Amino acid sequence: MEVTIAPLSAIPEGEGRNFVVGSDRVAVFRTRTGEVFAVQAQCPHRGGPLADGLTGGSTLICPLHGWKFDLATGAGPDPECALRTFAARVDERGRIVLSVPPTGYSL
Amino acid sequence: MTARQKLVVIGNGMAGARAVEEILSRGGADQFAITMIGEEPTGNYNRILLSNVLNGSSGEDEIFLNPMEWYAEHGIRLRAGRRVTRILRQAKHIVCDNDETEAYDKLIIATGSRPFVPPIEGLFRTDGSFMPGVFVFRTLEDCRQIAAFAKGKRRAAVIGGGLLGLEAARGLQNFGLTVSVVHLAAHLMQQQLDGPAGAILRQSMQQMGLEILLEKSTTHLLGRDTVEGLRFSDGTTLACEMVIVSAGIKPNCEVAAGSGLTIERALVVDDQMRSVDDRDIYVVGECAQHRGQVYGLVSPLWDQAKVLADHITSTNVAAAYHGSRIATKLKVMGVDVASMGIVEPQLPEDEVVQFSEARRGTYKKLIIRDGRLVGGILLGDIGKAPYLMQAFDRHTPLPEQRLQLLFDIGAPAAQVSFVEMSPDTQICNCTGVSKRAIVACVNSGKRSPQAVMSATRAGTGCGSCKALVAEIVEWACDGEVEEDPSLHYYVPGVPLSKPELIEAIRNRNLRSVSAVFDYLAGGEEDAGSKPGLASLLKTLWKDEYDDERDARFINDRVHANIQRDGTFSVIPQMPGGVTNVAQLRRIADVAERYQVPLVKLTGGQRIDLLGIKKDDLPAVWRDLEMPSGYAYSKSYRTCKSCVGTDFCRFGLGDSISLAMKIEEEFQGFDSPHKMKLATAGCPRNCSEAMVKDVGAVAVEGGRWEIYVGGAAGSSVRKGDVLCTVDSHEDVLKFAGRFIQFYRENARYLERTYAFVERLGIKRIRSVVVDDSEGIAARLEQEVSASRAAYRDPWREAAAPATANQFATMLPLVSVANQG
Repeated sequence: MEVTIAPLSAIPEGEGRNFVVGSDRVAVFRTRTGEVFAVQAQCPHRGGPLADGLTGGSTLICPLHGWKFDLATGAGPDPECALRTFAARVDERGRIVLSVPPTGYSL
Repeated sequence: MTARQKLVVIGNGMAGARAVEEILSRGGADQFAITMIGEEPTGNYNRILLSNVLNGSSGEDEIFLNPMEWYAEHGIRLRAGRRVTRILRQAKHIVCDNDETEAYDKLIIATGSRPFVPPIEGLFRTDGSFMPGVFVFRTLEDCRQIAAFAKGKRRAAVIGGGLLGLEAARGLQNFGLTVSVVHLAAHLMQQQLDGPAGAILRQSMQQMGLEILLEKSTTHLLGRDTVEGLRFSDGTTLACEMVIVSAGIKPNCEVAAGSGLTIERALVVDDQMRSVDDRDIYVVGECAQHRGQVYGLVSPLWDQAKVLADHITSTNVAAAYHGSRIATKLKVMGVDVASMGIVEPQLPEDEVVQFSEARRGTYKKLIIRDGRLVGGILLGDIGKAPYLMQAFDRHTPLPEQRLQLLFDIGAPAAQVSFVEMSPDTQICNCTGVSKRAIVACVNSGKRSPQAVMSATRAGTGCGSCKALVAEIVEWACDGEVEEDPSLHYYVPGVPLSKPELIEAIRNRNLRSVSAVFDYLAGGEEDAGSKPGLASLLKTLWKDEYDDERDARFINDRVHANIQRDGTFSVIPQMPGGVTNVAQLRRIADVAERYQVPLVKLTGGQRIDLLGIKKDDLPAVWRDLEMPSGYAYSKSYRTCKSCVGTDFCRFGLGDSISLAMKIEEEFQGFDSPHKMKLATAGCPRNCSEAMVKDVGAVAVEGGRWEIYVGGAAGSSVRKGDVLCTVDSHEDVLKFAGRFIQFYRENARYLERTYAFVERLGIKRIRSVVVDDSEGIAARLEQEVSASRAAYRDPWREAAAPATANQFATMLPLVSVANQG
């Protein structure tokens, strides 16, 4: 299922912002190369707010303890510690659209 | 207060009680009116300790986790001795065996499991009850009945040679019975042990007087009115007067039958421990099936209860259970056993390390995949269990010398202290990395201190152990250490030293971080290099710098210091540590208005408001009507001072007004690392100015000694005297030259104490005081320009610099705009 969440301009270049989509808190990032990525909002290490992290290419660094993740795949410092990712794109009207798995619950 | 939701918990065992405890610890009593319904007529108890009750080593009352008073104390309605028969999901209520109903908003199913009873002819009487003398071993009541029945009996059989069966056998032995354990599999405890370990355990059990019968399938119970014996599928028989059936467990899911919830081996749940069919129904413990797994041990249950509680109370709606890695340490009839993961290799490349000494009952076996532990058995001697279980749980790389995994072997003596340290010694006290982990990392192929620090995270906290980590890496590499070229770069992502980088930035007129990546790093952005570049560009270009906010660390984007829970700390400027009634009143008002959880005095003589939500930052700053204290940035922080001359009877110099002038001069100066300053009105040094990045200490004769490169944090170092001057103005002048020299020449994140040691105080003194390089005037000009470019960042309260700068969470675009 696809959900339109915000105009691209809601997120400054290279930064992230949080959204609640269904029962998920999602951190959405807009990179300087014009891509958008969406991952779980909290760091699996100590729950750090990932939207407040630093990005570079598709790398994300958590602001609390510097754990690094790949925004595209969710891969983290070790295989056991990965981020949940959501497919994200920008539509023809310049809005960010997320794909969220059908949960069986209405949003 | 809004009305509390009705939370009903079916099951009053360890899982249900633990889930409720976790919910209460998250303030759940304010959100939920809790009702617990349990079949057993008591409070909940630790089922794991039932065997102690049976063997007499614990009293009944010693195993209770929560006595009846606990329920009352926490306002929990307990309906004990009731069985729930149905869940009516549409109506959102449950029905008990006495037809009473109970409405719920949220439901937790924690019905646990019951003993699995294999089909054995003659086990049951016609009314469906067990033949007298046949028992299962699951509840306190079972325990009591077994104990009562065993009196005066001579022979008992236990069907099932798992952990619980062996414990039951031990209990019966204590009543003086001769006990036979009848086991279907080829060896004991096949869940936790392999064949050889099972054989050694069997031998130990037999030495303690138990008879162990393996590969025996019980088909008949012999005897008409009383138990006389068992008959097996091979035709043999065993005489006994009582039987305990301990052949595994079966999840209790009947309550959900007919409710439409998916049941496979147990109730199927998602990562939030909710039934996959109903978001208001949670399932926890042995009746839950998560990703195909049903857990019958206690530690997964704890993990599940935490996730459930995080989610149901909305403490962390993103909490997710990812399954548990099963590692157990237990005592079977006095024999120590530790078991983790798989018990047999599964892939051709799995490596097995094994030691067996059956005569002493010792057996050790490890299964290693890709240098990491995926399974292990320790029997008899479990001294290495804590380390191995941790390595298994955390999936950490193992030392190359496998012998070390099984035994503590003496290391060869050497003169250097870190060589003598035990492998378990914690080297990095911030991230908890041991010497062993560092060595293992080197053995796994990392050959430079930087690579090891990045892989293990050692040295990435306060950084004070970096030198020790580097030494251990060199030692472990046996001289084959590789130098990481990025060590000489200003930031790892741009292959230039600091002087080269500054020159390139100036020559190419690069004004933004992205321009630096584009022209000097092949267009390759590096996240970790951004803040260092932003700091340098700001220092070089001042207000002509193209300020890309994403290059800043979060603290510098929102001008506050991020805390462990994602809230922020707000510290307004308080020059010289001097405040007044009006400021204090405003601070108090703000603390009250924004329900600030903690108001604390800082080490820098200021007032810290902690726990401020990001969204509240602009309003907090507005209401404070005070400028930023920069207590979040790699920059000039503050200058503390003693009382000085106004009141102190020892004061030689006016330290307060000097501190205020320093604050005005250097406020907002970006720098490679934070700079903390102090002024002291006499050599008693009450403001600790000798251990600051820059400190000024008044001495007799109206003079000031300027100290640089002091530290009293993760490193402690007394500063070096840069020079002695005779006015406030000269303190500002020489401190300014030093600060600017440091800004231009230190590596990113190099504190002044490291910088001064690297260059040497003589060199610094010759440049800064004697102007040996002819740059003193330029350094002073740069200070003036930076000072002129100062702008209080808290003014962004009125004019945010980026979209949604202070928003913790954005709303979705309205539904009307969808599609």
